Amino acid sequence: MVKYAIKRLLWAVPILFGISVISFFVIRLVPGDTVTAILGAHYNEEQAVFLRTKMGLDRSIVYQYLIWIKGVIQGDFGFSAFTHKPVLDSILERLPITLELAFISLVTAVLIGIPMGALAAVRRNSLIDNFASIWGMLGVSIPNFWLATLLILVVSLNLGLLPSGNFIPLGESLEGNIRHMILPGLALGGAVSAVVMRMTRSAMIEVLDQNYIEMARARGIRKNQILFRHALKNALIPIFTVLGIQAGYLLGGSVIIEQVFSLPGIGRLSLQAITNRDYVLLQGTILFVAGGFVMINLLVDILYAFIDPRIKL
Amino acid sequence: MQEFWYQLRKNKTALISLLYILLLLCFSGLSSLLSGTDPFAMNPEAILSPPSLEHIMGTDQFGRDQFVRITYGALISFKVGFISVGIALLAGTIMGVISGFLGGWVDLLMSKIMEVLFSFPDIFMALVVMSILGASITNLMIAIGIVYTPIFGRIARGAALEIKSAQFIEAARSIGVRQSVIMLRHIIPNILAPIIVQATLSLAFAILSEAGLSFLGLGVEPDTPSWGILLSEGKDWMEAAWWLAVFPGIAITASVLSFNLLGDGLRDALDPKMRNMTD
Repeated sequence: MVKYAIKRLLWAVPILFGISVISFFVIRLVPGDTVTAILGAHYNEEQAVFLRTKMGLDRSIVYQYLIWIKGVIQGDFGFSAFTHKPVLDSILERLPITLELAFISLVTAVLIGIPMGALAAVRRNSLIDNFASIWGMLGVSIPNFWLATLLILVVSLNLGLLPSGNFIPLGESLEGNIRHMILPGLALGGAVSAVVMRMTRSAMIEVLDQNYIEMARARGIRKNQILFRHALKNALIPIFTVLGIQAGYLLGGSVIIEQVFSLPGIGRLSLQAITNRDYVLLQGTILFVAGGFVMINLLVDILYAFIDPRIKL
Repeated sequence: MQEFWYQLRKNKTALISLLYILLLLCFSGLSSLLSGTDPFAMNPEAILSPPSLEHIMGTDQFGRDQFVRITYGALISFKVGFISVGIALLAGTIMGVISGFLGGWVDLLMSKIMEVLFSFPDIFMALVVMSILGASITNLMIAIGIVYTPIFGRIARGAALEIKSAQFIEAARSIGVRQSVIMLRHIIPNILAPIIVQATLSLAFAILSEAGLSFLGLGVEPDTPSWGILLSEGKDWMEAAWWLAVFPGIAITASVLSFNLLGDGLRDALDPKMRNMTD
């Protein structure tokens, strides 16, 4: 078990290195440099040269990478000239918002997906099953930004039930925070709920056909008990794996959803970095997001091996 | 082939989806040739008019007919979809086949590159590429193409590995056929089934990505009536004109759904082994 975890961890090292190389070098291809962008209308040659030297932009690119990666390893992602803050501070400041959005989306997905999938599996070919299979297809086909727009149109503008945007920190008001996060969570979690539903349905169908379920039935155990204690419990492993895989979708989707609902999370931070041509910040966010994504997958893999010891490479 | 058609014909939803896609393409193509269907034609007398017999999907803030703009947008979305998936398919398949067939350090290096590319959430990757290249339809196709290359790479590699040791490949090798010829003539034609299925499913994702990036202002040029642009403009006007926020979304969803259903149908028809893999 520990050996497997270490093996997986070591495996992630070259991937993380590759991610850092891409994050660093690709950003250098952006037209126009940071110095021109920082100085803007006040551009003059002397200041530009001074700034370039100060930021190390006059050295070779490999040297710049080495300096940067050394900092990153020590937790220094650089200093953004636009936000006047260390990059890591901006990221950590925005991270809880994106994590909350991702968490609420996952909760939404689980609350909709698992019951719907389980019901569909138990009552195969019923009305519920048909409805579930329509949602399974439709859910992954509706663009999340359109779902967001529709939710705002109906729930906020027409019914006036929930706010259409902005963020209220948890510390300020718990109720306000949750009210502001429901629609974004629904918009982002909708597609995930469809995926979770499909997985639950097929995993449940497989489990329900197993001998031990027949056995439990034969022993006269109550239906609900069979369903919850025996079937659903065993179907949970593949469902949670699917949730892990969805992490990438949630991270990517948060860029659009945060923009639609004006939530100041990591997604919006990276869009802001793109508009400002803030290399240092963009680099930092990309590295952070991709690195985080790799770590989540790693964690899911290790957890999976822990739950189901048959899985080993 | 006959078996394939037989299987596909049995799947009604896949067939209807294919029909919808073909009809939409023909209709959009033909209507762009007709007069009175200029997606940029403004009409100051019909600003923000709701759906009616004259404008079945209403008009926008400049009095432009939304139905015309959506059918025109279909051409843009499909063009972006087909070309970007084409780029990903070509690049990914070539890389995957070479990697799987040659093995050794080439395989190791390529697999690692693919895995690194895989570790970027897809929209994120496209965003970064677009911010480097700048917003334009060509750049968008390149960006989406890059994002979906690793998927084809992975599939092609797996398929190539599987048939690499088949007898007919061994036979070709033993009579001294060059490696490049074996890959081109014998391997690629035999691994097309999973690639075609993936291409169809990727078209759905490509249309979604195009719309998403354009919605954020990082896709096609802002004056192009692509579905993402229509939706992002419509969102700004939705309080006064709900139809501007509703119809472009329906258009996107219907097309994405069709490609998804068609992809599922093709998978069932072409490759029964894969039937339950993604469920």
